[in-house]
Amino acid sequence: MGREKIREFARALGESAPCYFDVESARALGYPDLVAPPTFATVFTLQAGGQVIHDPELGLDYTRVVHGEQRFVQHRPIFAGDEITSTVSVESIRSAAGNDMITVKTQVHAIDGELVSTVYTLLVSRGVGDAS
Amino acid sequence: MTVNSISQVHVGFELPPQEFVFTRADLIRYAGASGDFNIIHWNERVAREVGMPTVIVHGMLTMGTVIRIVTDWLGDPGKVIEYSARFTRPIPVPDTDEGASIKVTAKVTELLKNNQAVISISAIHNELTVLAKTTAIVQLAP
Repeated sequence: MGREKIREFARALGESAPCYFDVESARALGYPDLVAPPTFATVFTLQAGGQVIHDPELGLDYTRVVHGEQRFVQHRPIFAGDEITSTVSVESIRSAAGNDMITVKTQVHAIDGELVSTVYTLLVSRGVGDAS
Repeated sequence: MTVNSISQVHVGFELPPQEFVFTRADLIRYAGASGDFNIIHWNERVAREVGMPTVIVHGMLTMGTVIRIVTDWLGDPGKVIEYSARFTRPIPVPDTDEGASIKVTAKVTELLKNNQAVISISAIHNELTVLAKTTAIVQLAP
């Protein structure tokens, strides 16, 4: 996790809070380096979700897939300098009103094994005939 | 910058409301920063082909922006320990300098153990809710 990526992402959210841009401000809050915005994990979990959408065995038609819900559980913030891994799993699949609802869970670990955050993405695969 | 104390809030406590604007430039900037280059966020022709009035805001840009009502109030984004939202309506962004705006309000709905509070957030565009069930759990000071 690089400082410039955190700054770029924060800037794209229209942020001006100093802890996203200035190392000393982040340290003043007790953090080791720049702190990432609460939704920063989307930068790498988006690709992780793509793994599920494009999995040939799951066989989703990605043109029918929409992002339904998103949840971040932050055990600790992500900091500049973190080296992390993401582990993707399909948490649940259910059908409702002709649509398939797939919850993808991504566990984000620091390189030392510490669980940093858990990210849940609900993908909705719209059934054929649903025009909405 | 100090994190607010749990003693300063109560169920029903309202955070200072905020208004945010999205222009086409914001969508391009977010696409680049997030890596989400879904064409419906930057190509009006394709957006119309799939039934949208024009290009729409990335749901995750809306979600990432809306939480500022909480982080600006807290003064410390690291104190957001949970954040969730449901994407209910797209926000179309016209090709104008004004763009599209959302009004965001938030209030404390529950106090938890360990000085944590549940904050329910509302995001309205053109008098319609664009994010539903938008909830943050925050760690406050004693």
